[in-house]
Amino acid sequence: MKLDARIPEGPIQEKWDNHRFNVKLVNPANRKKFDIIVVGSGLAGGAAAATLGEQGYRVKCFCYQDSPRRAHSVAAQGGINAAKNYKNDGDSVFRLFYDTVKGGDYRAREANVYRLAQTSVNIIDQAVAQGVPFAREYGGLLDTRSFGGAQLARTFYARGQTGQQLLYGVYQALERQIAAGSVEMFTRHEMLDLVVDDDGRAAGIVTRDLVTGEMTSHSAHAVVLATGGYSNVFFLSTNAMGCNVTAIWRAHRKGALMANPCFTQIHPTCIPVSGDHQSKLTLMSESLRNDGRVWVPTRPGDDRSPDQVPEGERDYFLERKYPSFGNLVPRDVASRNAKEVCDAGKGVGPGGLGVYLDFADATSRFGSNVIAERYGNLFDMYERITGEDPYRVPMRIYPAVHYTMGGLWVDYNLMSNIPGLYVLGEANFSDHGANRLGASALMQGLADGYFVLPATISDYLAGRLNQPAVPTGAGVFKQAEAAVAERTTRLLGVGGKRTVDSLHRELGHICWDYCGMARDEAGLRKAIDAIRDLRATFWNDVKVTGTGQALNQELEKAGRVADFMEFGELMCRDALNREESCGGHFRTEYQTDEGEAQRRDEFDFVSAWEWTGQENEPVEHREPLAFEYVKKSQRSYK
Amino acid sequence: MNLTLKIWRQAGPDATGEFVTYDAPDVSPDMSFLEMLDVLNERLIISGDEPIAFDHDCREGICGMCGVMIDGMAHGPQRGTTTCQLHMRHYNDGDTILIEPWRARAFPVLKDLVVNRGAFDRIIAAGGYISVSTGSAPEANLTPVQKEISDSAFDAAACIACGACVAACPNGAAQLFTAAKITHLNLLPQGQPERLERTEQMVAVMEAEMFGSCTNHGECEAACPKEIPLGTIAQMNRDFIRAKLRSRRRVALD
Repeated sequence: MKLDARIPEGPIQEKWDNHRFNVKLVNPANRKKFDIIVVGSGLAGGAAAATLGEQGYRVKCFCYQDSPRRAHSVAAQGGINAAKNYKNDGDSVFRLFYDTVKGGDYRAREANVYRLAQTSVNIIDQAVAQGVPFAREYGGLLDTRSFGGAQLARTFYARGQTGQQLLYGVYQALERQIAAGSVEMFTRHEMLDLVVDDDGRAAGIVTRDLVTGEMTSHSAHAVVLATGGYSNVFFLSTNAMGCNVTAIWRAHRKGALMANPCFTQIHPTCIPVSGDHQSKLTLMSESLRNDGRVWVPTRPGDDRSPDQVPEGERDYFLERKYPSFGNLVPRDVASRNAKEVCDAGKGVGPGGLGVYLDFADATSRFGSNVIAERYGNLFDMYERITGEDPYRVPMRIYPAVHYTMGGLWVDYNLMSNIPGLYVLGEANFSDHGANRLGASALMQGLADGYFVLPATISDYLAGRLNQPAVPTGAGVFKQAEAAVAERTTRLLGVGGKRTVDSLHRELGHICWDYCGMARDEAGLRKAIDAIRDLRATFWNDVKVTGTGQALNQELEKAGRVADFMEFGELMCRDALNREESCGGHFRTEYQTDEGEAQRRDEFDFVSAWEWTGQENEPVEHREPLAFEYVKKSQRSYK
Repeated sequence: MNLTLKIWRQAGPDATGEFVTYDAPDVSPDMSFLEMLDVLNERLIISGDEPIAFDHDCREGICGMCGVMIDGMAHGPQRGTTTCQLHMRHYNDGDTILIEPWRARAFPVLKDLVVNRGAFDRIIAAGGYISVSTGSAPEANLTPVQKEISDSAFDAAACIACGACVAACPNGAAQLFTAAKITHLNLLPQGQPERLERTEQMVAVMEAEMFGSCTNHGECEAACPKEIPLGTIAQMNRDFIRAKLRSRRRVALD
């Protein structure tokens, strides 16, 4: 299989303009002849559905929650990058592009990232016009701040709730189209299969109404998946409980290639696990590291309370190892070092999986009212969850899975290798390489949904004018419906003794232990075998209560976990094949003498995996990556 | 600690519901309220019973999906806190906790603790937006917004549409929810062109749904996990009167 990314010709600055001139258009009068399905209602999906509706297409949008406003984009705290250069501090489209490719450790496509940086400025305009209440200065103009180690202030924010406010902008635009009749919204609906027609084109989806249990086929000229990331393969992550891999995994099983699944991001500042009952992890904004100092006791097993540990018996390990960046080293470096000290027995709190983030110095320097102004809402959240007051006791933090850079393979048009199947936002693989920079996820979701897809989808649709969508009575739909029904019956019929959650938790442990912050060959091989065994256990011993013809949350979870059981194996396999360290992927065999990630030039490619059946090994295809505009360099934070 | 839970069970929208009593032994003070229900559900599944259905998603207090009545209080006793962020350290050994779904005519029960809040989306669809199609926005800094105005708009925009305001209201009214969106958009310069139509249409849809009327109890503000101020309702009422006066003038001119 030849992977054609369809990158336009010309200098990088002109590619997107040239491309938009070259794509085929669908004239406004003809757009109502096309049905488009959008799965997911977050920043990418909601923005795409609203914009395509505005353009005059007939859109159906699906989400599993009770309202499109609940999509997990809502939880993003920090901000959104844009190359507006309002601070006059030297920012430009080229610099944002450069930083993003470098931050991704040279594992992203240059042309896609350049377009992302170009589009970033339009996103801010759009959001402000919608009424998104970004932070402002006293003169009434927009405020920006620096974020995630960037050397300039290009991050726009809305207190600690930037994702929420941007999502409400999207949601309101979407509701406007719903009222106008151009978008039909299906809440509490889950996509359970992708339907591909006899010519290999995306023809529609099969959904389950989560309230009544009814299965329905929906047919369309194009299907857009914007269903987010797969962090929950680790069971514990900062993702919402419902986030899942099902939509993109079902598409993968129908032929869509899965790209770079081993690229996962671990966030260093999350609230540690408090016990076996833990259901999810909560992120504390990275901005805390601006004023907090990270430390552990020097002596392993030291269980004194932090105020009893004298200064001389504390190891400020990030400041010690990285004198120039100190506590502000990138996410992956901070995470890995926290793991190292905990593995050495110096971790603090229950289970020894935590390090202190101490605000005592900052408080004595600035006063507690300044600290409250900067981090008040975060401190309150921490206290609600842990019962400890971070103004008096150092916070405890530990890394947690937070974002996944991998996803379905797409070309420059955001179309997968299945014609008519598009993938947006975190669900695709395209823009963040091996590591995503802070405040870039919101940017990519909105760029894809508002500006990229609406400009590229006509290129495909124009060729389908006056060809009706495949009717839902056709054989391909009937087969897909039968397969979905059969799987549901099977899940309900196993009648074993294990709960879905207990099996999911076990899968999470395997992935975290062997495919988490540090990976090696032996561990990954072990994980692959363990996941296969666990998958067999799942299908022999899972217990799913209730029926398929009613609201059944256990059945929903079981279907998602069954897909994670397959996906997890591919993630480990990809990590095994990538014999280098880059970004969030750290193979202990490949590190510099100083213990830093060692990238290898022979791995300048995107791995894109093809499904070949449950019992067969997946096949890896490679899309080579070329770097013409960004000079590759080894990161150093010493 | 050991707790006794009295939980509303209802098999479906048309079924008759009842309270069922469960023991919750060995509850850790570090658990969240929903994690306590998770543990109970695991036990129910193992013993072959149907677990308790409840809505939840982000579990960090921002998606607005979760929410139950806990001892008669929407989201429980802690101020400014969603159900998922309430932790068990606020309870004592031997406590009995009563757990019910949102009680409001406009939010019919789907199953156990899960209700249908679709009416909220319909209120937003009636005008809870600024009409700006993608690509047509002017440069963002073209319109300065006074910081105080922007901050007040944000305070209102923080609403997560959980429905606690409706559940807490003795009348089942949705004034705080509707007013929060109206206030957010009506305060901003970008929201001015549609200000009066927006207010009129959103109020009309709110009244057409099964919500009750506002009689200034203020329970909504006390229950709101995002602490949306009651003053938003005054803002909505002022704009509503302006809209009505204007419509009357228009009729007179015709």
